[in-house]
Amino acid sequence: MATRGFFGKRPTDEVGERLPPGQYLTDDFPVLSAGPTPRVALDGWRFTVKDGVRPVASWSWEAFNQLPKTKLTRDIHCVTKWSKFNTAWSGVTIDDILAEAGVAAPSEFTLAHSYDGYSTNVPTEDLINGKAMIATHFEGQPISPDHGGPARLLVPHLYFWKSAKWVNGLQFTSRDEAGFWELRGYHMRGDPWREQRFTGD
Amino acid sequence: MSTLPDIAPQPERLVWQEATVVAITASTPRVKVFRLKPADWHGFTAGQHVDIRLTAPDGYQAERSYSIGSAPDGSGTIELAIDLIDDGEVSPFFHEVVEVGDTIEMRGPIGGHFIWRAEEGGPLLLIAGGSGLVPLMSILRYRALAAPEIPTALICSFRHHADWIWRDELLRRAAEEPHFSLFATLSREPAPVEGARRGRIDGALLDAALASLPAPPKTTFICGANPFVAAASTFALDAGIPFASIKAERYGG
Ligand SMILES: Cc1cc2nc3c(=O)[nH]c(=O)nc-3n(C[C@H](O)[C@H](O)[C@H](O)COP(=O)(O)OP(=O)(O)OC[C@H]3O[C@@H](n4cnc5c(N)ncnc54)[C@H](O)[C@@H]3O)c2cc1C
Repeated sequence: MATRGFFGKRPTDEVGERLPPGQYLTDDFPVLSAGPTPRVALDGWRFTVKDGVRPVASWSWEAFNQLPKTKLTRDIHCVTKWSKFNTAWSGVTIDDILAEAGVAAPSEFTLAHSYDGYSTNVPTEDLINGKAMIATHFEGQPISPDHGGPARLLVPHLYFWKSAKWVNGLQFTSRDEAGFWELRGYHMRGDPWREQRFTGD
Repeated sequence: MSTLPDIAPQPERLVWQEATVVAITASTPRVKVFRLKPADWHGFTAGQHVDIRLTAPDGYQAERSYSIGSAPDGSGTIELAIDLIDDGEVSPFFHEVVEVGDTIEMRGPIGGHFIWRAEEGGPLLLIAGGSGLVPLMSILRYRALAAPEIPTALICSFRHHADWIWRDELLRRAAEEPHFSLFATLSREPAPVEGARRGRIDGALLDAALASLPAPPKTTFICGANPFVAAASTFALDAGIPFASIKAERYGG
């Protein structure tokens, strides 16, 4: 249905091609989270990988920063409709984390956990083979607390609520367990190109 | 209690539908209030929003989210209050083009976190910047219908007196509702104004709002543009409000 009188501020073809349906381009970097920004201190920081309930590896901030670093530049897409192009991150890929943790074949499903009690589920396939990382730097600077610093999950090809801020662990689960927003009606996978915003999309 | 508010369970699947614009009022020079009648509506919970989708003749689409400002009240209609962003795409369309009788595509209700039901109890502390007042207004109006005895304080901040959405209703509620206190502040208003302080929200204003409640707030709702929500949550945490009891909704900007 065409909306009477609406013509839109069309993006150029080049921009339009890179925008998933329903998204618009922004140069800002809006902050989204369900609560205030938690105050996470580096000296108490820990990142833990769990297989079910069993912890299999854990790093302090110092140890985590000894892991191999990778850079990723990607477009990101928020379910609140903004997209941002060419965001540059660096951190430790999930592949490198799994190798260091000695987890060879994790289960199909992963839950990311955060310091503020937030969690989000991501199919393990969407995390491996260079697709995702635990990012510690944005545009060459440590990630600011509002944007999830000291460390956040980065899964750029899924809606950004999957890129959990203030992340403190990954848990491999045998079933696909809904996280914070997924329990509140958001999609279990969240592919922006298929507009998987809400359950049933 | 008069009408039982129509709190609804979240639909299984959110389907796009047409909503008819049944009334438009100018609340301030920059905010218009739109009353919509969705074709198929089963109610909502105070604090939720809807998604709006506009389609151009060639199929190009723009989507945005807008909070519901009315109370869940059984009327089958909802009210949106839309702030004009000058260089925006969707809000200028609402301000300049939309007329009563138009149909707009929407889906909802959406949101399972920034919501409040009377049975969750209180006290409530509501903190709004600009159009961030919209979902808090829904909570306030719903509370007046469903549980007027729940102690509630609203801090709201606008730039100028002229930007103050729903001003008369808020002043009236503050005067008439024994368990509701209003703390309005105008950050860029040069002259004193009845019912409002001057300046930005700060620790002192937060302390005053907390002192108006008989007990610490069970839930604190903060809504507005990013910088506002960031500042207000810092004041709230510094005032000793527990992290887990604070819910925030950020509009961007
Ligand atoms: C859950 C949710 C609920 C919302 N509820 C409401 C509501 O009740 N009332 C309401 O008016 N808005 C609300 N918004 C914001 C709304 O969705 C749009 O962002 C806003 O109307 C601007 O859209 P636009 O198309 O006019 O501007 P755009 O074309 O999106 O943006 C144009 C320019 O304005 C900037 N901008 C965008 N939004 C804002 C903003 N809010 N403040 C300052 N600058 C901005 C952009 O960065 C850009 O530079 C809500 C947002 C969310 C996520």
